[in-house]
This record gives sequence, structure tokens and C-alpha cells, in this order.
Amino acid sequence: MAIREIRYAEAIKEAMCEEMHRDPDVFFLGEDIGVYGGAFGVSTGMLEEFGPHRVIDTPISENGFVGAAIGAAITGSRPIVELMFSDFMAVCFDQLLNQAPKMRYMFGGKVKVPLVLRTPSGGGTGAAAQHSQSLETIYAHIPGLKVVIPSTPYDAKGLLKTAIRDDNPVIFLEQKRLYQTKGEVPAEDYTIPFGKADIKRPGTDCTIITYGRMVELSLEAAEPLAKDGINVEVIDLRTLLPLDTEALIQSVQKTGRCVVVHEAVKFAGFGGELAATVNESEAFYSLKSPIKRLGAISAPIPFSPELEEHTFPTTDSIVAAVRETMK
Amino acid sequence: MEPTQTTPSKWNKQLLEELMRTMMLSRKFEEKIEQMFAEGLVHGTTHLGIGEEAAAVGTVLAARPEDYLLATHRGHQPVLAKGVDVNAMMAEILGKQSGICKGKGGSMHIADIDKGVLGSNGVLGSNAPIACGAGLTIRRKGEDKIVLCFFGDGAANLGAIHEAMNLAAVWNLPVLFILVNNGYGVSTHISKASRDTDLAKRAYPFGIPVKTIDGNDILAVYETVREARDYVAQSGPMLIVQNTYRISGHSKSDQNRYRSKEEIDAWREKCPILRFKAYLLEQDRFTEEAIDQMDAETTAQIEAAAEYGINSPLPSLDTILDDVYA
Ligand SMILES: Cc1ncc(C[n+]2csc(CCOP(=O)(O)OP(=O)(O)O)c2C)c(N)n1
Ligand SMILES: [Mg+2]
Repeated sequence: MAIREIRYAEAIKEAMCEEMHRDPDVFFLGEDIGVYGGAFGVSTGMLEEFGPHRVIDTPISENGFVGAAIGAAITGSRPIVELMFSDFMAVCFDQLLNQAPKMRYMFGGKVKVPLVLRTPSGGGTGAAAQHSQSLETIYAHIPGLKVVIPSTPYDAKGLLKTAIRDDNPVIFLEQKRLYQTKGEVPAEDYTIPFGKADIKRPGTDCTIITYGRMVELSLEAAEPLAKDGINVEVIDLRTLLPLDTEALIQSVQKTGRCVVVHEAVKFAGFGGELAATVNESEAFYSLKSPIKRLGAISAPIPFSPELEEHTFPTTDSIVAAVRETMK
Repeated sequence: MEPTQTTPSKWNKQLLEELMRTMMLSRKFEEKIEQMFAEGLVHGTTHLGIGEEAAAVGTVLAARPEDYLLATHRGHQPVLAKGVDVNAMMAEILGKQSGICKGKGGSMHIADIDKGVLGSNGVLGSNAPIACGAGLTIRRKGEDKIVLCFFGDGAANLGAIHEAMNLAAVWNLPVLFILVNNGYGVSTHISKASRDTDLAKRAYPFGIPVKTIDGNDILAVYETVREARDYVAQSGPMLIVQNTYRISGHSKSDQNRYRSKEEIDAWREKCPILRFKAYLLEQDRFTEEAIDQMDAETTAQIEAAAEYGINSPLPSLDTILDDVYA
């Protein structure tokens, strides 16, 4: 396979383009995705490649066009819709909560909803409280949806292709802070299955369960810990729904310790589900210390960089949490 | 009784009979549901549209079988007119395995993709953006189909409706918006919800054509929608406001505190089925006996459907997790 280094944003575009070439039913819609290339430049050049009938600029009308994507999906199209910021789910939430995930069940299994909602998620960009949130927990709470959060360019391409080929509504949460990061990505077609976590770093002493941007920070945190003889195992969930519960359980059974890290607000966050998954399993009996959770503080995300940085877990706070479990 | 302003000869007899039978079927279906409710056989809630049959039936029958339909919470009538199996609908409302949605949807969520019914919807207004999406598929595939999107005078104030009308307009989507104005949203009179109660004006900002019609005159509905259908297929969205009245309560809990008995009685006089019957007799298109026979046959059909529903088994518990995902 030809492997090059490309950016996370480019990997996403590559997945969309390859899938649009492969399947004429796939099309793409969203605000300013055409000439402008999308708010984060992900779709630069796609309009030229596919034309305005397959790369459709929408009015500023999230409820309208997200609903339209659903209507297209149930009639034989396979839309990819870009929501400019994941925070804007609030203005189209009925479609994401009451419509897309309910239809198949409510209609007795007669309909498929092959829809991908791609949306930039997360903070660290100085955009403050209304453009920085990580809202995956809300989606993960809705049966009928799938929730995907890629942490590398490789995963972004492979997971997005799986999402586009999936016959269910998939929420694809791109990590804003990772758009410009580079990584090895095959130029060929490949997919990554949903519900299979990735062990990013094998270890023996403590399991860090994480996803998205926090994977990078957790891997960074592993270095100083290793120097002190603490070998952490870092697990990247890749998809929250479906969740690879087996991977978590097996890892904690091996290490006996567990730290859960995410960028979303800690209180009532997805980490609670992860901790409970471990606690409710056989792995509970292997635990040598209480599970620790790290997430954002319970406040709207502040603007000032100094304040914002301390809103989310940091490499230092991850190191400290792991040390805590080792006491 | 106002005869429709069209020459009687243009209406073929088979069509007249189909319109009459479908209205009767809708009325009897809902009366049966009402009765079974009173007998404690129906679980949950249901929204009947007794008195609104001409709007629903005339609209759907004027469109083509291959056209899509998005109905509302008050969706039995258009869905029946679309030809969804009466037995399976009855079974659905009774929560049975043989229901059209396997007992997972109930009265508010009847859908039948094979018949183009993309769903009745429990959330007001949310069907309209979805209708636009069906329109996108039609345009993408170059099909000769349209989408019928029903909503009420109450839902007309939702943002989703406005967003959908704008999308359909700017993208020239083949969506026919049908505003069934029955004067109320639950108990709230249209005048308390809209400063200007002429809801036809809702089409103006989007630059789409609109017609307001008497929604209790089945032939006026049929003719208007027939014409609109071809316009919409070719040229993009349109709005039709159909004025009518809901004689039945809003839902099972309604005690009619918000309207007078006189008002309801006055509209009973304008019943679209009685009115159509009078017209057919007056125009000598059918005999009283022929109409009585349609009545008897549709009654029998509904009785059989109710029996089918009642005798159908409840869903098996093993199906509870079926169809969450494809
Ligand atoms: C978004 C939303 N708000 C409120 C309701 C509760 N509700 C159900 S029907 C209804 C009245 C709707 O009025 P209208 O659109 O005129 O339709 P009608 O009931 O008269 O047929 C209300 C408020 C709902 N289902 N969805
Ligand atoms: Mg109303």
C-alpha cells in the first residue's frame, strides 16, 4: 500500500471523495462547503471535483438541511451532512434525537437511514463557550445513533468510510484541534470497523481509556510515567456507540488500574459510563485502586487562553491521575 | 349545499366512488378507534380528524401512488388514502405484532415505505425538512414524483416549517405543502397563535405560489391538488391552505372546553361526507341505494379490520431489540 503522511482534514476529504466516486448515491451538503471549502477547509476542491449537485451549499438552516439529509437518506440517497460546529446540534436536535434514530424502529424496520453527520467538535481554539464543546455524551445516550470520534488521520479516513457505508445515522465528531495534525494514511481504500477499540500503547500497570484529542495527551503522559517504571496501556475507543466493552474489561483485568480521560465535561460525562462498564464487569475484582475520571470542569468553556487551558485535562493532570491510582 | 363550480360531467364515476369510499373508510376507521378506545381496547393516545376527511382524502387521491407522503400526528386519513393496509393499521393501533410497524409505532407513527408513506410524525413541523430531503432524492434521480407534506395551523408557526419552505423554494424541490387549517392547535384558536390568520401569506416570503380552498369540498380539494401536483413536479414547491374543522376532540383527553357546542354542531352540518353525498344525489351520479351500499361495504371492511387487529397476537418479547439498527 502506498502510505503517505497527510493531515487529518485531508484524510476526511479523501474518504468523502473516494466514497463519492465509488457510490453515486453519496452526496454532500452543508453550510459553505462549496467554494469556501467548509469552515475548517475540509472540503476544499470538492465542488470542482463533483459539481454543485453533489456538493451542495445550504442556507443557514440547520434544522432544515439536517432534516433534509434524513429525508434523502430514507428515500435511497446516502447523504453526508456537515454541521459547521457541533454546538449547533442544539438548533437541529429534534432531527437528531426524535427523527433519524427513531425511524427504523418506529416504522417496524422498513426503513434505513444511511446518513453521516460530520461535525467539528472540541475546544482549545479560543472560540469560547458556544463553539468549543464536546457533546458526544448526548449523542451516545440516543439508541439508534452511532457515535464515532477519530483520533488520527488514519482512523479518520477508515472510520469515515465505514460511516458512509453504514445504513444507520452516524455522528462523526471531528476533533478541531487535530485537523492540521499529520499521520500515515494509505492512499488505497480501507475501512475500520465500528465497535473495535485500538490499543495505542500496550502496558501492564494502568489502563487509560480515552478517545479523540485526549489520545494524544494520554500517549504523551505515558512517557514520563514510563521513565518512572509505570507502564500504562492506552486504549482509544474510536467509537463510543457501539462501545467495545470487551477491550476495556480485558485491559483492566490485566492492569488492575484504570483512568478514564475525555475532553467533555466530567460530570455526567461518558466517562461515567466507562467506569460503570468496568465496575459492572469481572474486571471489578481486578481493581487495585479506585477508577479515576478526568474531563472538563463544570463551567462553560472560557475565552482567555489561560483559563481555557485549565478547563480540560492536560498531560500533567493525566500523569497525576495515573500516579494517584498507583498509590 | 354548494355545488362545486365545475361541470359534473368532467368527474368520472369511478373516481367519484373512490373519493366517497375512501372518505367513508377514513371516517369509519376513526369512529371504530374511538369506540375501541372507550372500550379500553386502545392503549396510549390517538388523534382523530373526524370532519377533515375531504382535505386528507382529496389531496392524497389527487396525487399519484408513487408520490411520497409525510403526515402529521393526525395521520390516519391520508395514510389510509395512500392505500396502507387497513388491517395492518388497525393492528398497529392496537399494538399488535401484525401491525404495519410491528407494534413499535402506534397511531402517531404509521409509516409504510413501500407505499411511499415516509411517516406520520409525533413532533410537529419536523416532517417538513424531511419532506425536502425526499424531494432532493427525487431531483437527484430525475424521478417524476412529488412529496406531500401535511401540517396544521398550529404547526405553521414552527421554525422547521419556515426552514423547509425556504429550502424547498431555493432548491426548487417538488414538495407540496398542505396546511390543514382546522382553526385550532389543541385548544388554542388560530387567532391567539397568529396575528394575521390568513396563513396563505406564509408562502409569500419564500416566493412560492399558494391557494386557499374549502377543505370540506372534496372536489375542490381534488381539483386543486391535481393541478398543483403537476406544477410542483415541474417547477417546485407550492402551498395549499385547506380550511376545515376537527369535529372530534384533539386527542382522547379533550373535553371541548375551548369551543362551544354550537360551533361544533354548525360544522357537523358541513360534514364533507354528507355534503358530497348530497352532491352526488343532486347530480344524479349515484342512487341513494348505491351510496348505502358503499357505506355498508366500508363498514364491513372496518369491522373485519378491527376483528383482525383484536385477534392478532401481541408482539413477542424477543422483538424488543429488533430494528434499533439496520
Ligand atoms: C413540537 C411539538 N410541540 C407540541 C406538540 C404537542 N401537540 C401535539 S398536536 C398539537 C396541536 C397541533 O395543532 P395543529 O398543527 O393545528 O394540528 P391539529 O392538531 O389541529 O391537527 C400540539 C401542541 C408536539 N407534538 N410537537
Ligand atoms: Mg389545527
